[in-house]
Amino acid sequence: MKNKNAFWNFFASVKLALFNLIILAVASIAGTLIPQKEPAGRYIEIYGASVAKFFEILDFVDMYNSWWFLTMLVLLSLNLIVCSIDRIPNVWRLIVMNNLDTDPARLEKMKQGRAINTKDSVTDSARAMKDIMAKDGWKAEEAQIHNGIMLFAQKGSWTRLGAYIVHVSILIIFAGAIIGSLLGFKGSIMLKEKTTTNVIYEFGTNKVIPLGFDLRVDDFSLSFYPNGAPKEYRSDLTVLDGGNEVLTKSILVNDPLDYKGITFYQSSYQNYEEFLVTIKQDKTNQQQVFRITPGRQYTWGAANVTFGILNISPAQFGKLRYKIWFSDGNGPPSQFWMDDEKTVVIKRPENDYSFTAGQLYATGLQVAKDPGVWYVYTGCTLMILGLYVAFFMSHRRVWAFVSEDAKGSKIVLGGLSNKNKIGFERDFEKLVSKLQFDQDESKQQG
Amino acid sequence: MDSSQLLGFTTFAYLLASALYIAIFVFRAEKLGLLATVVACTAFLVQTAGLGLRWVESYQMGIGHAPLSNMYESLVFFSWTIIILYLFLEYKFKNRLIGTFAVPFSFLSMAYASFGTNIQQEIKPLVPALQSNWLIAHVVACFIGYAAFAVACGMGIMYLLKKKNEIKHGKEAAGNLISTLPDLKIIDDVIYKTIVFGFIWLSTGIITGAIWANSAWGTYWSWDPKETWSLITWFVYAVALHARFVRGWGGSRIAWLAIIGFLSVIFTYYGVNYLLSGLHSYAG
Repeated sequence: MKNKNAFWNFFASVKLALFNLIILAVASIAGTLIPQKEPAGRYIEIYGASVAKFFEILDFVDMYNSWWFLTMLVLLSLNLIVCSIDRIPNVWRLIVMNNLDTDPARLEKMKQGRAINTKDSVTDSARAMKDIMAKDGWKAEEAQIHNGIMLFAQKGSWTRLGAYIVHVSILIIFAGAIIGSLLGFKGSIMLKEKTTTNVIYEFGTNKVIPLGFDLRVDDFSLSFYPNGAPKEYRSDLTVLDGGNEVLTKSILVNDPLDYKGITFYQSSYQNYEEFLVTIKQDKTNQQQVFRITPGRQYTWGAANVTFGILNISPAQFGKLRYKIWFSDGNGPPSQFWMDDEKTVVIKRPENDYSFTAGQLYATGLQVAKDPGVWYVYTGCTLMILGLYVAFFMSHRRVWAFVSEDAKGSKIVLGGLSNKNKIGFERDFEKLVSKLQFDQDESKQQG
Repeated sequence: MDSSQLLGFTTFAYLLASALYIAIFVFRAEKLGLLATVVACTAFLVQTAGLGLRWVESYQMGIGHAPLSNMYESLVFFSWTIIILYLFLEYKFKNRLIGTFAVPFSFLSMAYASFGTNIQQEIKPLVPALQSNWLIAHVVACFIGYAAFAVACGMGIMYLLKKKNEIKHGKEAAGNLISTLPDLKIIDDVIYKTIVFGFIWLSTGIITGAIWANSAWGTYWSWDPKETWSLITWFVYAVALHARFVRGWGGSRIAWLAIIGFLSVIFTYYGVNYLLSGLHSYAG
């Protein structure tokens, strides 16, 4: 590669990689110490007007999205690409090189080297050697060279690419992140029970984003452990597409709903001084939902029912109890206490009614569309595999050169491994020990 | 017998084990070697039983979850992973002086869990955000990584001590206490191997955390301080590995990086929770 210039060398250098990693680390530290994405006034409060101004100019207030932070990530990517392109040809040469023309004189000088004499002819010894190697999983190629036969076998030559698998995985993760930020969105919506939306609002900008379908919140509920800690936030959601109910799911904090690539996450809730009341007339099976405020009288004309909440008292864990007043025009009105979210059967002279009352909640949903996420996950998986290959798998090579000598033939073994030399030494010794065992046997037979 | 008694006993057993491993080094009392190993193994087994029992107890309370959900439980688990890793190294390298610089980390973690004034020991139910199958994978991966980095740091300190001694008194400073430490090349090899091992597990920990975050919040990365610090730690070790692989760094420089890296681990694990605020505020 004679066409390398200073520019190329700069991006191919490990020094740049180390510099990049250190600078990214230092910038990230700063980003955890300076609060991010706070309103402008907050910075003036903490740091004073001039420092706050300085922070704003340098984008320190939203550092991870700033032009200079992104530039560093681009620099890191270029560095990864260029240094990989720069090094892969040499690595590739090592992977595909013809090891059969290795000089036999080199074998004994290798880290693992051994010479053994046998009484057999060169061809017999070579065949026996090849079989022994095969038993240990060394599939040998062979070649006739000047005064003998060269056998060569290798394992894991491709593992030399391990580090580059990791580099590529990082680029795939970056690509996924870019795809996600260009083609996806992140937003939220606060939705009262029994209401429907076809839009959500983008984070940061509050821009309206149409969903392309309707989302209805049928119910929100929260529950607590006996010690008062929250146990579960649950929203029952229904997706309506083209007016048809196509999907119903109860979502929890770690269990979102996904429809057409848009995912809805349980994120927060809000409660109101309003109450949802559902009344069902058992005889006719008619039912009606009302959103009411306490202390006022409401009428269900079709069933001639009047009702209201007279009083509210707090029960355990922020839950409420209600005192209900109910009349259907026949006999004296009913008055009773009931728990939040419970159904009470009211027995009246003419009719029975199922009466349900619950505080009105709004559920806070986080909404995300991220078509890049599978690239990110693929990159992550590849990274772990690549790290494993790069650190724990090695390229191991074994040579055996068989040549004629006075008493029969001489086998010279040589072995090299680019990593895990101790493990390879074991493998090599195992191979050698098998060789001696077989020889002893042949001696006995002879 | 309940889990808190077992884990309380564990703390003292690790104190004893640490004392024995330090004695082996300081008094050259090689005879204590077997005893030290037996005590460390016993402490490890009791701790394993304690963790298991705590898991069972949480189910008996009707709030069953793996004992990996808060600072106390993570400190116990941290100490457990350090000792398991150390016992493996002792077996592999047949050298107990590694323990002088590793076992005390296990004790310190347990001691802080047991006596730290801001550490709550009760078994608490899981808040909604933690109710996920990713909890175990994420925490286990992170702490295997942290434990490896703790051992690497111990070895880094050992390396620098020995190196300083050799510079001062020459290579064959026989009779000198520190000269009895393992060969520099061996220490260097252990540092490198534990960093590699830790790096893979830290990467796995960060990735499982990202996947979990995506399934809970819809974002796999939000630059929350804990995430950011885990990435900073990852950068430090990435620098160490590149410097070693491509620029041939070894010895003192890698030893220093092992120590700096572990300081970053400590800050990621502990400092972020108490000094910075963020999404991880509930967790260890």
